Amino acid sequence: MKKTTVMMDGNEATASVAHRLNEVIAIYPITPSSTMGELADEWSAKGKKNLWGTVPLVIEMQSEGGAAGTVHGALQTGALSTTFTASQGLLLMIPNMYKIAGELTSTVFHVAARSLAAHALSIFGDHQDVMAARQTGWALFSSGSVQEAHDFAAIAQMATLKARIPFLHFFDGFRTSHEINKITILSDEDLRSLLDEDLIRAHRERALNPNRPVLRGTAQNPDVYFQARETVNPFYAAVPAITQEAMDRFAQVTGRQYHLFDYYGHPEAERVAIIMGSGGETGEATVKYLAARGEKVGVIRVRLYRPFSIEHFLKALPKTVKSIAVFDRTKEPGALGEPLYQDVVNALVESGRADIKVIGGRYGLSSKEFTPAMFKAALDELAKPEPKNHFTVGIYDDVSHTSLDYDPSFSVEEEETIRCVFFGLGSDGTVGANKNSIKIIGEETDNYAQGYFVYDSKKSGTMTISHLRFGPKPIQAPYVIEENQANFVACHQFTFLERFDMLKYAKEGAVFLLNSLYGADEVWDHLPLEVQRDIIQKKLKFYVINGYEVAEKTGMGGRVNTIMQTAFFAISGILPREAAIAEIKHAIEKTYGKRGEAVVRKNFEAVDRTLEHLREVKVPAEVTSKITRRPPVPADAPEFVRNVLGEMIGFNGDRIPVSALPVDGTFPTATTQWEKRNIALEIPVWEPDLCIQCGKCVMVCPHAVIRHKVYDEKLLAGAPETFKHTASKFKEFSPGYAYTVQVSPEDCTGCTLCVEACPVKDKSQAGRKAINMAPQPPLREQEAKNWEFFMSIPDLDRKLINPSTIKNSQLLRPLFEFSGACAGCGETPYVKLVSQLFGDRAVIANATGCSSIYGGNLPTTPWAVDSKGRGPAWSNSLFEDNAEFGLGMRLTIDKQAEYARELLPLFEKELGKDLVDAILNADQSSETGIEAQRERIAQLREKLGRLDDPRAKDLISVADNLVKKSVWIIGGDGWAYDIGYGGLDHVLASGRNVNILVLDTEVYSNTGGQASKATPRAAVAKFAMSGKSLPKKDLGLIAMSYGYVYVARVAMGANDQQTLRAFLEAESYEGPSLIIAYSHCIAHGYDMAKGLEQQKLAVQSGHWPMYRYDPRLAVQGHNPLVIESKEPSIPLAQYAYNETRYKMLAQLDEARAEELMQKAQQDAKSRWALYQQMASMHYNGDKKE
Amino acid sequence: MTDLSTTYLGLPLKNPLVASASPLSKKIERAKRLEEAGIAAIVMYSLFEEQIIHESLELDHYLNRGSESFAEALSYLPDGGLYGISPEKYLNHLAGLKKALSIPVIGSLNGVSKGGWTNYARKIEEAGADALELNLYFIPTELDMTSSDIENMQVELVAEVKSAIKIPLAVKISPFVTALPNFAKRLVEAGANGLVLFNRFYQPDFDLDELEIRHSLDLSTSAELRLPLRWISILYGKVNADFALTSGVHTHEDVLKAMMAGAKVAMMASNLLHNGEQVVGLMLNDLEAWMKEREYESIRQMQGSMSQKSVKEPAAFERANYMKVLGSFRDLP
Repeated sequence: MKKTTVMMDGNEATASVAHRLNEVIAIYPITPSSTMGELADEWSAKGKKNLWGTVPLVIEMQSEGGAAGTVHGALQTGALSTTFTASQGLLLMIPNMYKIAGELTSTVFHVAARSLAAHALSIFGDHQDVMAARQTGWALFSSGSVQEAHDFAAIAQMATLKARIPFLHFFDGFRTSHEINKITILSDEDLRSLLDEDLIRAHRERALNPNRPVLRGTAQNPDVYFQARETVNPFYAAVPAITQEAMDRFAQVTGRQYHLFDYYGHPEAERVAIIMGSGGETGEATVKYLAARGEKVGVIRVRLYRPFSIEHFLKALPKTVKSIAVFDRTKEPGALGEPLYQDVVNALVESGRADIKVIGGRYGLSSKEFTPAMFKAALDELAKPEPKNHFTVGIYDDVSHTSLDYDPSFSVEEEETIRCVFFGLGSDGTVGANKNSIKIIGEETDNYAQGYFVYDSKKSGTMTISHLRFGPKPIQAPYVIEENQANFVACHQFTFLERFDMLKYAKEGAVFLLNSLYGADEVWDHLPLEVQRDIIQKKLKFYVINGYEVAEKTGMGGRVNTIMQTAFFAISGILPREAAIAEIKHAIEKTYGKRGEAVVRKNFEAVDRTLEHLREVKVPAEVTSKITRRPPVPADAPEFVRNVLGEMIGFNGDRIPVSALPVDGTFPTATTQWEKRNIALEIPVWEPDLCIQCGKCVMVCPHAVIRHKVYDEKLLAGAPETFKHTASKFKEFSPGYAYTVQVSPEDCTGCTLCVEACPVKDKSQAGRKAINMAPQPPLREQEAKNWEFFMSIPDLDRKLINPSTIKNSQLLRPLFEFSGACAGCGETPYVKLVSQLFGDRAVIANATGCSSIYGGNLPTTPWAVDSKGRGPAWSNSLFEDNAEFGLGMRLTIDKQAEYARELLPLFEKELGKDLVDAILNADQSSETGIEAQRERIAQLREKLGRLDDPRAKDLISVADNLVKKSVWIIGGDGWAYDIGYGGLDHVLASGRNVNILVLDTEVYSNTGGQASKATPRAAVAKFAMSGKSLPKKDLGLIAMSYGYVYVARVAMGANDQQTLRAFLEAESYEGPSLIIAYSHCIAHGYDMAKGLEQQKLAVQSGHWPMYRYDPRLAVQGHNPLVIESKEPSIPLAQYAYNETRYKMLAQLDEARAEELMQKAQQDAKSRWALYQQMASMHYNGDKKE
Repeated sequence: MTDLSTTYLGLPLKNPLVASASPLSKKIERAKRLEEAGIAAIVMYSLFEEQIIHESLELDHYLNRGSESFAEALSYLPDGGLYGISPEKYLNHLAGLKKALSIPVIGSLNGVSKGGWTNYARKIEEAGADALELNLYFIPTELDMTSSDIENMQVELVAEVKSAIKIPLAVKISPFVTALPNFAKRLVEAGANGLVLFNRFYQPDFDLDELEIRHSLDLSTSAELRLPLRWISILYGKVNADFALTSGVHTHEDVLKAMMAGAKVAMMASNLLHNGEQVVGLMLNDLEAWMKEREYESIRQMQGSMSQKSVKEPAAFERANYMKVLGSFRDLP
């Protein structure tokens, strides 16, 4: 039997089978399953054929619901068809899943199982999504490792074709989908010998075909629906045997035998656990360890969960069993127990084995670690006289006391297995290099190997942790390397030492490799005390390398990956040095070769120069350091920030008990200010003598770290010595006013957009602007003090500020600050602008996507409050429903305001007629008017608060809605153009007063750059590997067709004044408003620092015409459309080919790139011509003829 | 019958009009139209090693940027293809041109590393180029770098490339050389079979509104002919190489002047880019008519006829400024 072993992750392992076994694949991106769709698209784009020699047709849909519908149609017409999804995506497929099952249709959906959005969204793994689909009539088929994901993808296909019941094949999101492990790959011959061609033809025979027409999808009535629903029972009854038969056939071909329920452990086990998914791997390894030591314990790994076969289950269960613990990786509040537990209880009762004691519990939600110690805790619990039922394990539940105690030092790791933990900076390439390393070890040596990677929640300046294991035995450890277990710990970023306890992973005698600016002789004195202590106590062998220097010399920039990888191989001795270097170089060629010789050359050079810089440190006997590890947040932070968010920031969130967390997912805002990330190497420095006080730098800053203030110069008393200021040039605020531009050095990301935006150039030195970048470290302390003083200066009263100019608008305090967005993000300046102009009265509905992640991903939240404690109230519902979600908010405000107006006259006596009239007729078109209304409502509260009248209490509870609120519906193009478009359209049509901001990056940015309908023609994106062949959807044009929707298309970099005006107008319009904002993005493959310049080119080339369409003008008899950009003056290519997303196509396929670029150029011309005609149309009152 | 034929780098050409290194050769269709219009040879656009390196590093940078940092987006751009970032694209195109055309195709190369020059030169030869033109330029900005440092470097490079290939080698040089004749002599001694005068560069310009530097390359005019005309005239007969005049060739008269100065061919790009390939036929007609009218039998007959060594007043080529022009006089009896 020919065997090929390779290293790959669960997504690829699954997709590799699915792509070969299908004809039509409908996809939609959702973490953590997106990779399967991306690979399928990529393979088809490259012409990779399926088992029958034809390239599968892959199509991206507008939502998972759309993908399921498409698959349904494809199946009905006889194709072998599949899709990949997770989480809410699977929920969106449920309606179609009922249909597909009801029609007995053979298909397999592959699901990287993920948490559901409940009190919060989570992208990580558990079985909540799968369990939400368990009633659809699909077979639920669970794989627990990368190898199993690969194998079960094939077995599921075999079984569904025979059984005619659709299969949902699932594996644990991230833990299996993203774990790299060594697997034996199924060859095409293997697959061919597994599949029964007759069954495929039978599937096609059942297809809709006008030559032999039939009808499916009837509407049935009380007379027959019920009976018809019962017709399928024999099919379900047959599934277990058919699946086992497929497993047996699979074993004949591959030698790998699976069963519907696989039992492992002591043959006379008394205590048995039952579990599905990757937790089964942990369970299997644990019981083998315990049984070998004589413990009568075992585990049943459930493979086919539904239909649940009692017969097969009982066959697997040892006769000696006295008690059972069932693990569910899901949560079903209010149920008697979680689903697997209930099914097991049911199975035992129905089969007369009610004598067996059964307990059930929850584990591993949202990829919570599940270790052998946690698994053992449940077995230990069974040994107690009164074991705890409905337990949890892996957390500390001090509220309902469900959690089991466990001994974290218990480990079943094989002694021969080598365990390595690497801490890298996101941008330094550590994870990529480790993926290569583990592939080298797994594929070029006889070792088994495993790689798993942990990321943090920010998009820039992030820490990554790589967990690598390898050794002579298969690695069955789907959990991260535990404390005191690592043979090798590497820190690729020196500054992490003072922030995180990484040596807790090291076992005694382990190797510690540090990337250090300091050499072997001097590094000791620069280590924090705790690090010195651990090195001495754990007797670590300590190496340093100045990877930064090698990277600099070899043109690697900030990427120390290859260097640290070489050092790792050199020290660890897994392979002889020469052989290791040859393999690293081979991997470099494989990974980077297609990017050109120069890339390979620089990496080779980095490898070659590494060893001369690698040094072992002679470890002193004593701890000498005066430096201690910094607390994650300052001591003066609020208690919740210190005790809860601080623990999360310090990577200790697992320790937080249930009682410390909000019960309903409600968190305080304005907490990013406590998380000083210090990620900028350089920060902007202000030159007061050159500054014209225009505020442009403040406006474009994506992280709100550069601000300006005008203030009474008397407030300068007590200013730090280095605090800069000058006389105010604002005509409204001078003389007697001082002016300062201040940067928060510890929050800045160093993106340089502010410097790019600065319009001033020194007349004697054109390269010097009014803000220039300078190294952060020497400025950090001084500027942090200056920032603190700056923030203590009161903001100007909003009533005094006319926000219609850039400089004035930027005096308004940003209530969106220090988010985790990418450095130089093109979206956040718009979001911040909303917060400045309307934040103190804004309610925000935010679609899932980048903006919900940098806006709402814990630990800290960037939405902030002003000095009065007011600020945006923000929520994220889902991806698809955001427009409707925001509309609901508007409706509440409108309804309750109406109710309040109805109640008000009832209290004329208590409130006084003047106050009631003033409230009812308040002009709130200005900040002054709004503030006056706020004061009136305060009076109302005060006066009615004394009454014991239920109607008065009611009025108080809704009166706040009489103060003008600003409802913002914010999201990206994936939401607005695709998945949420139906809702968006309906909300626009509703005529209600909502403001919709579309942050148009022209791709699904958050999930890694998949094409949306906003993706322009000729651009490459994931799911559009060969360049998008059709033009961008014109969302603005569609919205304008209503005639009563305010529409603006803006690009801050091209015209900030137009942007500002659009935002003010949109908000002032008492109807639906839509702003489509050009947002440069990391997914464009462009220097983010030049994002503003690129926005100008987008406008000049006609790619992004700017306009405002104000229905109020039409009412006045004018043309509502005002085009605010000039006729295209540069070729589209001049804009486009600055970006990798376009350039890449020219490099991949020049002829296609040229053809698409010509068409895209024509798109720009036609669009311009159309807008011109629209803008010149004669409206009644227009004078122009 | 007027004979327009000439030879260049040992290649027999039907006339002296050659398309110089420019985007003209980027499309095979366009090159074919040029051939049909009568152009005698084509120099391909340059293979810039620096550009290949830049594109490669740039692609690598943007494919890496932001990747493997954030769990939901482990990359932001698809990275699945075979990118055309290598000399292969150029070489394939060269082979395509060779296949489509019957006129000679001359490769053009600008390298940055020693290894790059020879490696790519060899590949261009293997791809079927009839000859190779090295595109040499260097903008010195360091105070301690001398003209001899630069010249030595370039001469050495020509020798290395020459030893790596068997096809004829031309070197396109810049006019900014202190002692051009000596430099030209050294290049020829190092192995150059031909010299192409001169390279035209992007020159920085200032944007007074933005206070920024702008780069652009304006199309040439006939006025620019004078500079190469002078230097070919001076070098002709002194240095054993074929000369190609490039810069400012727009009319049949420009071609005639080039020939008379001593050039074997007149290269043009601006005129073709601006007016299309039909100008070739017109220029050739005018050229032939002019020659007929003045009873020239062949192009060869006039090549070098107005060079410094052939004219009555060789000093005319040495006049360098206004004063000297005014100051020339003779005593009268």
